[in-house]
Amino acid sequence: MSKWAKLLGDDLKVVSFGLDSFGESLRHQGVPAVQVEWKPPLPAAELLDSLDHEAIDRANEEGVKRLIDSEAVLVDVARALDVIPGMTPDTILHAGPPVAWEAMCGPVRGAVMGALMYEGKARSCAAAERLVTKGRVKLVPCHHHSTVGPMAGVVSPSMYVWVVRNETFGNTAYCTLNEGLGKVLRFGAYDSEVIRRLKWMERVLAPALKKAVAASGGINLRNLTAQALQMGDECHNRNVAATTMLLRDLTAAMLNTGLRKKTIGQIAEFISGNVHFYLNVSMAACKAVADTVLGLENSTLVSAMARNGTEIGIRVAGLSDRWFTAPAGMPEGLFFAGFSQEDANPDLGDSTISEVAGIGGFAMASAPAIVQFVGGTPEDAIRYTREMYGICVGRHLHYKMPGLDFAGTPVGVDIRKVVETGTTPIINTGIAHKEPGIGQVGAGLLYAPREMFEAALAAFARKDQA
Amino acid sequence: MVLHNVVKKNMYQDSVFLMTIAAAVRALEGVDEVACVMGTPANLKLLSDAGMLAPEAAAAGANDLVLCISALDDEAGERAADEADRLLQGRNERREGTAHRPAGLESARELLPGANLALFSIPGPYVKREARRALDAGLNVFIFSDNVPVADEIELKRLGADKGLLVMGPDCGTAIVDGIAIGFANVVRRGYIGIVAAAGTGLQEVSCLIDREGAGVSQAIGTGGRDLSVEVGGLTMLEGIRRLEADPATKVICLVSKPPDDDVANLILEELGRGKKRYVVNFLGQRPGRGSRRVRFASSLEEAALVSVAWSRGEKTLTRSSGIDAETLALSEALGSNLATRRRYIRGLFTGGTLCDEAMLVLSEVVGDVWSNIPLDPRLKLADSRVSQGHCLVDLGDDEFTQGRPHPMIDSESRNQRIVQEAEDKQTAVLLLDVVLGYGSHPDPAGAMAASLKRATDRDVAVVASLTGTPADPQGYHRQKRALNEMGVVVMPSNAQAARFAALVCARGKLAPGGGER
Repeated sequence: MSKWAKLLGDDLKVVSFGLDSFGESLRHQGVPAVQVEWKPPLPAAELLDSLDHEAIDRANEEGVKRLIDSEAVLVDVARALDVIPGMTPDTILHAGPPVAWEAMCGPVRGAVMGALMYEGKARSCAAAERLVTKGRVKLVPCHHHSTVGPMAGVVSPSMYVWVVRNETFGNTAYCTLNEGLGKVLRFGAYDSEVIRRLKWMERVLAPALKKAVAASGGINLRNLTAQALQMGDECHNRNVAATTMLLRDLTAAMLNTGLRKKTIGQIAEFISGNVHFYLNVSMAACKAVADTVLGLENSTLVSAMARNGTEIGIRVAGLSDRWFTAPAGMPEGLFFAGFSQEDANPDLGDSTISEVAGIGGFAMASAPAIVQFVGGTPEDAIRYTREMYGICVGRHLHYKMPGLDFAGTPVGVDIRKVVETGTTPIINTGIAHKEPGIGQVGAGLLYAPREMFEAALAAFARKDQA
Repeated sequence: MVLHNVVKKNMYQDSVFLMTIAAAVRALEGVDEVACVMGTPANLKLLSDAGMLAPEAAAAGANDLVLCISALDDEAGERAADEADRLLQGRNERREGTAHRPAGLESARELLPGANLALFSIPGPYVKREARRALDAGLNVFIFSDNVPVADEIELKRLGADKGLLVMGPDCGTAIVDGIAIGFANVVRRGYIGIVAAAGTGLQEVSCLIDREGAGVSQAIGTGGRDLSVEVGGLTMLEGIRRLEADPATKVICLVSKPPDDDVANLILEELGRGKKRYVVNFLGQRPGRGSRRVRFASSLEEAALVSVAWSRGEKTLTRSSGIDAETLALSEALGSNLATRRRYIRGLFTGGTLCDEAMLVLSEVVGDVWSNIPLDPRLKLADSRVSQGHCLVDLGDDEFTQGRPHPMIDSESRNQRIVQEAEDKQTAVLLLDVVLGYGSHPDPAGAMAASLKRATDRDVAVVASLTGTPADPQGYHRQKRALNEMGVVVMPSNAQAARFAALVCARGKLAPGGGER
């Protein structure tokens, strides 16, 4: 027992905001001192004082519980027109928040025109464009129809979609099947090769997968994702392990369906050739999870984050279906041979539903290889994940990261924390060529812009006071 | 352009890793385009479409690594291939792993469970929100930041009082908690003297003098410069006094501040009246009050330290005088006789505001008017802080000098410039300096001033310094003292004595130690 009483009642343990040297001096004297990566809060932080934080905390806790408890199961593969609520023969869904045809970026326009040709409604781009400008086609965000789509995210009535049911809460979400890499519709490509592949997917791939999923009795996606996170995926920009496991399950199931061996072979080959095949399945699962907080009263959790290549938008649980948008950012990353930053389209796609559900960029610590896109190290990957703990309400019970001592991934982005810390969600993403028809040109990382979080908080504060 | 393809059979590498290699090789001189991919049919087709595929790689398989280089000539192509080979071996140079930094208080507390003190050196306007959260979470706070609105300070200190938490600052430079130096503070011995100070360098000077006397400090609590104002009402000083009253290790409590407002002074004195321990009070610049058996008013930081030491040892009076001995007097005469006749003025360049105040108090008693940017008497305010006149002490740590540049305790540049300027002024007789050691300060203040001080000693200007520090400080008191001595600087044992000595030198030894010309 020391004769000295402790001034603060206990051994000194310090959290330091600001100058590094103060924390360093303390560590030099053997005092545990953590340095906060302090940034000035966003200007909207002054609104925080007026909020009823107790009610919000309660709602957010409930929200995070829903996000974690949700058990997403792949239950079917079906035609968009048959299953997506509100889908009509003249509806085309696209990624991101709402955007007018005139404002659409190249890849989304290309994909819309491609989809109209695929549907047989137009024989040329010019004809497709005329259909749109004459108002004969309804362009609506996927998110308005329990659906998500990567990149351009275009879903037309004849396309087949993954059907993922949230077994815990009973809601369902949808996402198209992944076409592969290179020149594909989701990057705005629409030549005959693209259309031919889409037709093959409709006629061969989807019906076979439908049988396979039925034969499997449903594939538990929460478990599959949890495993993949322990195998080097973060399930947004890296889906190698998950795709392999999905292929394993689907192949086993297909062999029990009476499908022809040649068809099974073709499908297995198709899936093997596309390391991102799982992405679309995962996105549907994340949407089925995130939709459980949509409209959750008093909650400041982000319920959706999506980009249409022109704008990025978020929705906030307690503000139901309103979008808060900002100009889409430019990912910093690596480019395929022959392409450079100049070719890049601004950030695009609904795939940021992954981060909303606590994977993707937030689980980067699980996928150190990903940070190489920006010349980073495994330490950087861990840093990104840790940084996201600062803006999230919870840690995922099921999604554990070996590299972080099996800590759960950060889950449940709280716009209050984003505004207060000035830290916005980190996004992993593929990069599309800005011209339609060329396809993916690279992949990279970026932080979501802050303005939409500020705007959302302002709206929340107004509602809170009303 | 020449096409250079290499196939590495059965060599799998992650595609992202391969992209980083391609990007690095692409940047080499003479290289036009590079692709580095696994030879899957899809990739081969892309390569072929891009015109990158040479016949030698056309037969590559999915397990083969394909490197395609389009270069200006064969030599460039081969250089590129070699570089790719080297990179494929893996990155050897790992960047220094950066320690994780949490985004905010909550994640910091997850990393450091049981954190009990939050330290703020962020811009003042942001302090309230962050500090309030820390208090709400049960942490004590130490606020180094200045420019915190006084209303924020009051709110935080009231909240702290409600929660039984200590709020040190805003504008608090230093504290010593459980023997740990916080902010700009020295490594002093532990002992029985508790300090509560509204003055940063005042606390440093007193704690170092206590250490030099062989005594020690139990706790030293900084309150921030505004604590004893009418608005704030001494909330932290009162709380500090109560804590030290309750601390079994503390025998004597030493209070240091500029003169408080009368009402606040009364509040403090009432609190002392309620206490059981002995108090030494230095309200710098205020005529010492009468005091009592338990309360002694000291006229300088040095006296406050010496009385505290004596009392902590159970001695009733000072056994050691802070006066100047014969040897020192002789040295001052020697230095004084060296001075050219026209050199008549003391020029003090200070980094610590309280040290500047104390030196002005000492000097004005013996030399009369002392000009300053922070004068004791408004009449003596420098018209231009950048130009000295008469006897003149400048606080270089004052806001007007630190806007947009580092504090002179951290970076000697501003003081060095001014040392040269004063040395070149033919009226300068003595340069008076404070050198503050300890955590937070420059790692080698003596060394950082060497060049400019040489300009002064070359012109036969006497240089006198005090050294606020201890042997255990990172810079080492003795090392710094030796270095200063070697530069011809006279180092006095305290700031007050340095000022007295400067006056003696300036008066060519013709000054009575007690004050007034002999």
